[in-house]
Amino acid sequence: MKKTPFLGLGLLAVVLAVLPFVLPNSFYLDLAVRMAINAIIVIGLNLLIGFAGQISLGHAGFLGIGAYASAVLPTHVGWHPLLALLAGAAASALLAALLARPIFKLKGHYLAMATLGLGIIINIALRNEAQWTGGPDGMVVPAMELFGYEIGSDRQWYWVVAVLLVIAVWASLNLIDSPFGRALRALHGSEVASQVVGVDVARYKGAIFVMSAFSASVMGSISAHYIGFISPAYADFFHSIELVTMVVIGGMASVYGSVVGAVLLTALPQALATFEGWETVAFGAILMLCMIFLPRGLVPTLAARFGKGE
Amino acid sequence: MSLLQVRNLSIHFGGVKAVQNVSFDIDAGIVYSVIGPNGAGKTTLFNLITGVYKPTSGEIRLDGEAIHGRAPSELARRGVARTFQNLQICMNMSAIENVMVGAHLRLDRNPFKAALRLPSLRRRDRELRAEAAQLMEFVGLGQYVEARADAMSYGALKRLEIARALAMKPRPIFLDEPAAGLNPKETIEVDTLVRKIADSGVTVVLVEHDMKMVMNLSDRILVLDYGKKLAEGSGAEVRANPDVIAAYLGTHA
Amino acid sequence: MLAQFLQFLFSGVTVGATYALAALGFTLIYNASNVINFAQGEFIMLGGMLAVFFAQMGLPLPVVLLLAVLVPAVVGVLVEKLAIEPVKGAETVTLIIITIGASLVIRGIVQVWLGKNTFSLPAFSGDAPIEILGATLLPQSLWVLGITALVVAGLWYFFNRTLQGKAMLATSFNRTAAELVGINTSWVLFLSFAMSAALGALGGILITPITLTSYDVGIMLGLKGFVAAVVGGLGNGLGAVVGGLLVGILEAMGAGYISSAYKDAIPFVLILLILFFMPRGLFGGKSTDRV
Repeated sequence: MKKTPFLGLGLLAVVLAVLPFVLPNSFYLDLAVRMAINAIIVIGLNLLIGFAGQISLGHAGFLGIGAYASAVLPTHVGWHPLLALLAGAAASALLAALLARPIFKLKGHYLAMATLGLGIIINIALRNEAQWTGGPDGMVVPAMELFGYEIGSDRQWYWVVAVLLVIAVWASLNLIDSPFGRALRALHGSEVASQVVGVDVARYKGAIFVMSAFSASVMGSISAHYIGFISPAYADFFHSIELVTMVVIGGMASVYGSVVGAVLLTALPQALATFEGWETVAFGAILMLCMIFLPRGLVPTLAARFGKGE
Repeated sequence: MSLLQVRNLSIHFGGVKAVQNVSFDIDAGIVYSVIGPNGAGKTTLFNLITGVYKPTSGEIRLDGEAIHGRAPSELARRGVARTFQNLQICMNMSAIENVMVGAHLRLDRNPFKAALRLPSLRRRDRELRAEAAQLMEFVGLGQYVEARADAMSYGALKRLEIARALAMKPRPIFLDEPAAGLNPKETIEVDTLVRKIADSGVTVVLVEHDMKMVMNLSDRILVLDYGKKLAEGSGAEVRANPDVIAAYLGTHA
Repeated sequence: MLAQFLQFLFSGVTVGATYALAALGFTLIYNASNVINFAQGEFIMLGGMLAVFFAQMGLPLPVVLLLAVLVPAVVGVLVEKLAIEPVKGAETVTLIIITIGASLVIRGIVQVWLGKNTFSLPAFSGDAPIEILGATLLPQSLWVLGITALVVAGLWYFFNRTLQGKAMLATSFNRTAAELVGINTSWVLFLSFAMSAALGALGGILITPITLTSYDVGIMLGLKGFVAAVVGGLGNGLGAVVGGLLVGILEAMGAGYISSAYKDAIPFVLILLILFFMPRGLFGGKSTDRV
């Protein structure tokens, strides 16, 4: 395989390594942590949407499961945070696995409807089980602790998510350029062609759904620990849409596009904060303009312009 | 025993009987053609045998094993390969990756090993890439090894489908109108290619409208009309069959 | 027992009528363009909020109604002209994001203009409840049901008896063929967005005296309208009406008999169950892919 995809990985690693030393203050460090967390979520989601061609409008539901597992289990049951994180991820993966068969029989807008519904149901459950989750007001998340050390500062979290991001990019690049990844892309390109060469389509769709749900759940947990507080808004429909928008604006079926999309859309609300009241309008208008003028997303459009391709 | 046995095969879509009570045998190693006017049920027959549709009744046996009603991926496991009349190329992938997908079942498909970039997997993938390049050479697409699928011409994509099917190391390969839409020169090249495939020992089942090509290549021919079997035999027999002349070849003969 | 059941039924049918109008809006646009318009809910919100605004200006009710339907229709057309037409044939997700962008813009403008408060609208003909077998029915519910019934009948006539309506149906079946026989499909698209926004707005106006309104009610109402459209099978007008009523009734029954906290989840549980067993909705046919 061409070596070019890994050039970007090296570049990313260098940028991540240098970043904390050049960022002017903790505001930017915080932003960088949240960008990296979103980037990892979006990479997983892009494997599902961009590479395998299966839309999910309810992915924030899995983030919610992870985040609340990390909040509820240590608080109410006394579990170790790491165990809680794994339990949340296992629950997300199990839910995804159970629902994969019936959900991925659906196509197009029916699939959009079903995944949207799944996300909303999870969100409503989190909102309503107030004795566990604190209801709409949310709840405080205890600190993460690894081998007796508490991970508390932004800088510590930065290194954790930076390493995870590099791993996520590397593993995803490997995955898409493998028999498994080719099967995923093939069922997107032509479902019937992939079937007749032997791809068990339902299984592959299910597998990538489970993986992206697992990854979203883990990152939901990490995000909850990092922020120290969680509310149901984290798992709502709008957040699911934000994630899908990151996938599409960065570029469908582009790993680096996922990173770019996550970085831009995490920064955008900060940039728009100066609009005082008009943030929602500006955000909506930017989404529309991006989709109208860059329907393929930033990275694929730029890559095509400079004739390199990924 | 024949490689493929089809007995009393029928499929109905609502009230439309697209294939009715069709039976035939295909011996290993031959070129077997299915002809008939538009709408005669040729592609439907392919879809039935390759598992894309489930028959309403009847049976299909491969090497004596009943395979009707099985999923396409299970048939792929048994070496049934096909191409499509209206192209089914994955335009989101490069040309050679389309061919590599054909070898899907021969590879280690474990996603965790893949994500970790295990050397054994990478080595196998490199070998496969070389093999796929050879296959592309074999079907006459040598210059497209580095190309993207969405940058190729229609005629080239038709062969790319054949290369993908060959990557499955098929026993019967079903070619659905491989020459449709091609110019006369390309048609002759496909004619030669089909001959090459048959000579390599692969059983070829062909649906084609180009009569010259069919007569030139086929060991046996099945004629369908309105979903029913009209005649079966060698080229000469079919050509001499009065029913066939009346229904189909009449204007040509 | 019966009184309670009737009570739930009345409130379910009333809300269901709003869902039905929203679902018809989804259906119209889907048929004309294959787009699921996630801004549909904002038209419902817009109808209610504008009605409140115009009523507070002291305009007579018929004028209020007219304006609160017409303005959203113009907004619908703007969305179509500015955001949908430039990207004809784009991927599903792209279109979803565009319509969600449009919904944010509409919601954001209303939020800045009219604020975040909850507003009420006086009922069209008083608040004296009508008693039926122990249950009470608000006069406004009769307005909702009556006008919805009229609109559905009107739409039926439009699609089955007028050339314009048949042209829209033809376009939904096969755009290319419709163009070949001389139908102006871009006019059809224009009309679909206008009608769809007007339908949503009408539902929003009618229900506001009962449920109140604010700048952010459009999200849930829109999503439930989408559920209703899918319940019946996307693109099926009758299915949309049945779906709307079904979603409304089940929601009210669920809230009454099972758990009012989970009221909003009921439509989504319903749609998952339906899709798991009937992947194309209740009235959607079985499709065979041609290869």
